[in-house]
Amino acid sequence: MRLNRQSPFASLTRRQMVWSAAATVAGGLIAGPAAARAGFPKRGGRIRVASVASSTADTLDPAKGALSTDYVRHYMFYSGLTQFDANLVPQLALADSIESADQALWTIKLKHGVAFHNGKVLTAKDVAFSLMRQKNPETASKAKPLADQFQGVRVVSPHELQLQLTGPNADLPSILATSHFLIIADDTATFDSANGTGPYKCKLFRPGVRTVGVRNENYWKPGHPYLDEIELIGIPDEVSRVNALLSGDVQLINAVNPRSIRRIQASATNTVFETKSGLYTDIIMQHRELPTSNPDFVLAMKYLLDRDLIRRALFRDYGLVGNDQPIPPFNRYFLADLPQRPYDPERAKFLLKRAGLLGVRLPMYASPAAEGSVDMASVLQESAANIGLRLAVNRVPSDGYWSNHWMKHPLTFGNTNPRPTADLIFSLFYKSDAPWNESGWKDAHFDQLLLEARAEVDEAKRKRIYSDMQVLVHEKCGVGIPVFISLIDAHDLRLKGYGGIPIGGLMGYSFSEYVWWDG
Amino acid sequence: MNTLVVLIAKRLGAAVLTLLLVSVVVFLIASALPGDAAQEMLGQNATPSAVAALRSQLGLDQPAYLRYLHWLGGVLSGNAGHSMSNNMPVSSLIASRLPKSLILVGLTSAVSVPFALLLGILSAMYRGSLLDRALNIVTLSLVAVPEFLVASLAVLLFAVELRWLPALVIVPENATVEEFLRAYAIPVMTLCFVVMAQMVRMTRAAVINQLDKSYVEMALLKGVSNTRIVLYHIIPNAIGPIANAVAFSMSYLLGGVIIVETIFNYPGLASLMVDAVTARDMPLLLACAMLFCAAYLLLVLVADICAIFANPKLRAR
Repeated sequence: MRLNRQSPFASLTRRQMVWSAAATVAGGLIAGPAAARAGFPKRGGRIRVASVASSTADTLDPAKGALSTDYVRHYMFYSGLTQFDANLVPQLALADSIESADQALWTIKLKHGVAFHNGKVLTAKDVAFSLMRQKNPETASKAKPLADQFQGVRVVSPHELQLQLTGPNADLPSILATSHFLIIADDTATFDSANGTGPYKCKLFRPGVRTVGVRNENYWKPGHPYLDEIELIGIPDEVSRVNALLSGDVQLINAVNPRSIRRIQASATNTVFETKSGLYTDIIMQHRELPTSNPDFVLAMKYLLDRDLIRRALFRDYGLVGNDQPIPPFNRYFLADLPQRPYDPERAKFLLKRAGLLGVRLPMYASPAAEGSVDMASVLQESAANIGLRLAVNRVPSDGYWSNHWMKHPLTFGNTNPRPTADLIFSLFYKSDAPWNESGWKDAHFDQLLLEARAEVDEAKRKRIYSDMQVLVHEKCGVGIPVFISLIDAHDLRLKGYGGIPIGGLMGYSFSEYVWWDG
Repeated sequence: MNTLVVLIAKRLGAAVLTLLLVSVVVFLIASALPGDAAQEMLGQNATPSAVAALRSQLGLDQPAYLRYLHWLGGVLSGNAGHSMSNNMPVSSLIASRLPKSLILVGLTSAVSVPFALLLGILSAMYRGSLLDRALNIVTLSLVAVPEFLVASLAVLLFAVELRWLPALVIVPENATVEEFLRAYAIPVMTLCFVVMAQMVRMTRAAVINQLDKSYVEMALLKGVSNTRIVLYHIIPNAIGPIANAVAFSMSYLLGGVIIVETIFNYPGLASLMVDAVTARDMPLLLACAMLFCAAYLLLVLVADICAIFANPKLRAR
């Protein structure tokens, strides 16, 4: 398989204009003709961006990125071998080509003449260092489970290296586009400042306070980026974040609650942008113990999920209905023919009666840590009460939820962030021996299909295999996925070129190199 | 004077003992929280091998009492320790945030203390009147309304609707005095509402207590004006409880204003401590706790010294 050099610059400019037109439509055409004339990018301007969280654990080390603010910061200062486009297809970035004959031994050729912010030239040694350090336990990389498949790397020449994987994986270009695998210089000793090849240079970094980046005049994409300076802060309280946008103190925010959308759209100077994503909150039914190990009970619970109500009431229609499997409808491997499971309390009642489990009392553990889970649990409780199943909602605090409650009771809720590839999400959450296999289900056929698909290059065959896997999860796995939650950002209307990349909000965290200021 | 020196020495000794006890208690309670810094740093990736490796690197595999003694030894030799969650020395983290908190404390006190004293004295002098009752109701209502509600309403009105003031505390480089005050206006106003009630009521109670004394009656009979009676005779005697209330409020402003810091995105010490708890970052947590405790003890000591100096009877001894 080979990922050839298409012209990323030309295709992105076209996409920018398509997306900014889409954004105008989504924003309700408030600004009218001014916004429709998105026009050509202008240089200049300074914006302040407020993201969800910012704490003293903020880091400039790409391997340790944990929050949206970290990812935005890393994409501002560093570049990767590949990057995602609006369809989550990896495009070449620092790499000129990434080729492999067997999907296990990959030859990566780098662009020439790329410089780090301190002037050092990018070589294969830097890439080798950046990739292999992810495996080192001392790096404490968040991507170590992914990096464990890097068996070894060999620098062939200053602009070419070979990467050997432990097994064939056709998705390597997608993995390399994620923020943990951004390229740093091999002589990086500390992360007090950032020395990368990214669109902005780090002018100021105060963890928990703010980060300031100034335009990198030597960025390897000529003409980019457009803004002079970007300041990044974190405002945890959502209402304050929206207020800051509306009062003009910040120009771009993410993680907007659907309830705030009307306020933002009513303002003459701001607009909202929705990115459909594969983010979901699911109900987990433990495979290990009764009653949740009974397949009739699991199926009954799935029929009890009132998906349309959840989508309408919890997310104000900003989401896509889910079908108890983790591949969202816009993904190229999505199986459209899988019949949508309806809300069918009668059928649930029949199943529970057959299993002899009607009248059972069970607590559900939900927490604000898993977005929307508390409300989802309440809706489920109502639906269950109507047929005689008594579920109690145990609301536990966010602090320590993932360590102490998630997956540890028969009925809990999980929250899964969008992943760039189907292989990743199946491997991390649905493989029999994955640490995050939430329900604990074990299906040998599924595992086998997973490995087959990973090595498969032919797109049609891949789609068939992933379709089979979606059916397996839909029918047999103990998780119920009612909705795929959309990511909602809001920005000043004068910020142009804004679009969506479904890996995350803020344009897949890489808005910094695409947007310009028309003010 | 001698007694004053002895008093200060005794107080400082007691303060050191208190700080030691507080550090032990905070350490024990924080250790009782589930999870530790290694687990929190790795988050969902906390596989047993990764956690074990990180633990030994951070020194968390040692027993609790050893870790505490290490920390104590470090502190006594002047090294506040190394923050685990952000790989920086604790002292530089605190040094970057302390001036911010002090600015907030200073501004809020500068506005609220004189105002509170004035209102308290007026209430006491005209006790029972309409003014007194109105002031009473207003201050109690203000302290009963939650901080975040006051702050959010103020931001909605002044920042979003009227656009007079900024929604966040962002002080531009080389700001003029006017820009500086504008940036701090809403948070300071919110905090004033919170701390004033206690100071007003304490002032009122202390002054009323003095108003019934015979020397005041004597001064009135001699024809001394009300203002002079209050300023020269009553306040010096009433200063004790008032200064204590002020000290209490000021130490709260230093370490307890987490809600205001969250809403206004203000990088102060309170959010530093909350971050430290969430990350189970023990050295940072202990350092913050010690700092707040020491500040409180110092403020109370200063309040007591003020009370002694103000009272001629105590001064002469």
